[in-house]
Amino acid sequence: MTRLEVENLWVKFPTRNGIFDAVRGVSFSLGEERLGIVGESGSGKSMTGRAILRLIRKPGEVTANHISLDGEDLLQLSEREMRRIRGQRISMIMQDPKFSLNPVMTVGEQMLESYAQQAKGTRQQAKDKVLEMLEAVAIRDPLRVINAYPHELSGGMGQRIMIAMMLIPDPDILIADEPTSALDVSVQTQVLNILDKLVRDRGMGLIFISHDLNLVSAFCDRVLIMYSGRIVEACAADKLHEATHPYTQGLLKSLPRLDAPQERLQVLDRDPAWAKADSVSGIR
Amino acid sequence: MSGIIIDKLNVWFDTPEARVNAVKNVNLRVEKGQSVGLVGESGSGKSTILRALTGLIPTWSGSMEVADEKLGRKRSHRFYKKVQMVFQDPYASLHPRHSVDQVLSETLRLHGFSDIDQRISKLLSDVGLGPAFRFRYPHQLSGGQRQRVAIARALAPEPEILLLDEPTSALDVSVQAEILNLLVDLRLEHGLTYLMVSHDLAVIGHMCEYIAVMQLGEIVEIMPVKEMRELRPTHPYSRHLLESSLGYKSEDNSVQ
Amino acid sequence: MSIFSTPHENHSSWRRWLLTDTPTSRNHARVASFYQGWLSFKSNPMAMFGLLILVFLAFVAIFAPILAPHDPFTQDLSNRLAPLASEGHFLGTDSLGRDILSRLIYGARITLYIVLLVALIAPVAGLFVGTVAGYTGGWVDAILMRITDIFLAFPRLVLALAFVAALGAGIENAVIAISLTAWPPYARIARAETLTIRNSDYISAVKLQGAGPLRIIMRHIWPLCISSLIVRVTLDMAGIILAAAGLGFLGLGAQPPSPEWGAMISEGRKFILDHWWVATIPGLAIFMVSLAFNLLGDGLRDVLDPKDSGS
Repeated sequence: MTRLEVENLWVKFPTRNGIFDAVRGVSFSLGEERLGIVGESGSGKSMTGRAILRLIRKPGEVTANHISLDGEDLLQLSEREMRRIRGQRISMIMQDPKFSLNPVMTVGEQMLESYAQQAKGTRQQAKDKVLEMLEAVAIRDPLRVINAYPHELSGGMGQRIMIAMMLIPDPDILIADEPTSALDVSVQTQVLNILDKLVRDRGMGLIFISHDLNLVSAFCDRVLIMYSGRIVEACAADKLHEATHPYTQGLLKSLPRLDAPQERLQVLDRDPAWAKADSVSGIR
Repeated sequence: MSGIIIDKLNVWFDTPEARVNAVKNVNLRVEKGQSVGLVGESGSGKSTILRALTGLIPTWSGSMEVADEKLGRKRSHRFYKKVQMVFQDPYASLHPRHSVDQVLSETLRLHGFSDIDQRISKLLSDVGLGPAFRFRYPHQLSGGQRQRVAIARALAPEPEILLLDEPTSALDVSVQAEILNLLVDLRLEHGLTYLMVSHDLAVIGHMCEYIAVMQLGEIVEIMPVKEMRELRPTHPYSRHLLESSLGYKSEDNSVQ
Repeated sequence: MSIFSTPHENHSSWRRWLLTDTPTSRNHARVASFYQGWLSFKSNPMAMFGLLILVFLAFVAIFAPILAPHDPFTQDLSNRLAPLASEGHFLGTDSLGRDILSRLIYGARITLYIVLLVALIAPVAGLFVGTVAGYTGGWVDAILMRITDIFLAFPRLVLALAFVAALGAGIENAVIAISLTAWPPYARIARAETLTIRNSDYISAVKLQGAGPLRIIMRHIWPLCISSLIVRVTLDMAGIILAAAGLGFLGLGAQPPSPEWGAMISEGRKFILDHWWVATIPGLAIFMVSLAFNLLGDGLRDVLDPKDSGS
């Protein structure tokens, strides 16, 4: 079942040298699945995620045929209605929890505040919900964490708290922008397991934005590969290693591998034609 | 002649609350011409060792010897001609107001070279940048190009030893491949000794002959890369690192 | 670049040369980055307005002998306190019958002189103290910053008054007094910037080339502090002009018959009820120039702020 459908999405920034198109004619759909968007820096993957929530700062501009969430076109909504969508229906997790949590408020206060914005309930209800969420992201002693300030927590803990905060309103869709790239590998596994469980248990749609091909291939159901603002390839995640586009292949081959040592790493030869070709549709 | 000999090194930071021991009792030997990697998670003290070696952190005890020179509190000018470092983040390691030309010519002048123009062109071509890049400012360069400039700066005094502090972790994978290839070539060409820090086992596996695994400020295991490749590290933490670096596996296998 | 869909293809070639991302020589790089700064400054109309006023002020000061209709010192007691737009005296005359317009024009020289001198002394002193304190740290930092605090603790005009009283009245002494009271804020700013810069990787990198502290401070830290100081100086200019005018008003700055604007207000004060323009015209001039410097500073902040210079 399709929850979110994006058709012909463009993100443009006017610059001194003309108009820069950060995202160019991207279309895709999202059901109750884990959809990966991979690409290198500047490929437009983060812009795509932000554009869905209309979080592109001026003078940037978002246009699309439609961005529909369960049939409702997000582009037609007022800013006020959009705020409701952002809080309750679609949530977003950023790369580094250090910059997303308020340093002078305890974790508990911040979580209670975000609950208060979403729902009306007694303080006790709010507290229960917060504790429930912290347990859902596998935080062992939530009572201690509630009274801690962000700087007292490790990066992995901070990221799990961000996830917990984003989950309080029970969103239908979660957009995770490089949620684990600031974390160590062992903590990364924990965070991914939590996201994985949430998608399965709550029937959420997940857009997982990352630069790590192997990670996306192992974690997601479907993958879109972006290059200079467009989708060059869309495939099933477990078939990523059989991908046909030379860009995808080039990226995969440029990675050093522990199990298969090479004298020299393959270097990606960028074909200018890749940037000019039309975007591949990611609609299923 | 030896490269780097580190004996019973302790490094600490004094904070108002307490003393933090970042590196504890580390012994490490890098022979001349070898390439050794330090791996570990953030906070394991791997970068701290490099910074103590270069004299950027003064609070240490133990003994360090680099290219037959015993290191004290202060580093001699001779030391900086022999040992150079490439930093992790090329966006932070270049002065935002200095052009490539300024960066390289200042470095060369500090080391007492006189044929600066020729050396700059040679350095730029060594790191795979054309002469067109000479007068650009950092904001006119991509991440990979910046890192090449940083490598050129490190090569300027013609050092014997390069300390590499996660030189590719801020770069895209395709750019990482280019920079790693460049580092491999430069090592062959100039007969360099590398001590490289990374959190990425595959990168260390590609670049180095020996791996030292660090955890909480200590080296828990040193082994040839071959052993790591054949998946036979002995220390449990090395095993754990190896397994997590082999890729994500869902806890719940029934879904996969 | 292929990913730019350029709407206007008719860039002239020099413009393209200036906007290049691939400069070909040292001077080309410098000119190109200057031009790009100018473009973003130009897009701020208020800042351009400020700049225009200041260019006009400089023009007036330079060509004062040509522009002024009368000698600023010639008295004409038969034509005292002539009103605005009276014959031969567009802005009227003061209590000694001197042409106000001419005095205003010559006064621009004094104002510019004061402003430039203070702008040369105070920020340089502040930059030096602040960066040395910030980079060295330890007891040097403690001593320099306590001295700074002592200067900061006094109200500016009161301190300047004390200095002038000790040094004697006059424009040069007023400038020295104002500079002595103006440097501490610059020292604070420079120190704060230095503290963040000194731990950055690019400073570590030059240390590894064997560079000494003096070279690091002068070559690597100063260029980064200077832009925020320039902004701060332009924002402070208004205050400096007012302080100079204040000293002039109190009779401790420029001495009569010098046409300094503050002194002119002071003279006109006696007639403010019946002959308001005598004091008001120089007041308006001070107001316009102060405003111009403020607008300019605002615009420069947008251009020079190191935080945006990367984009």
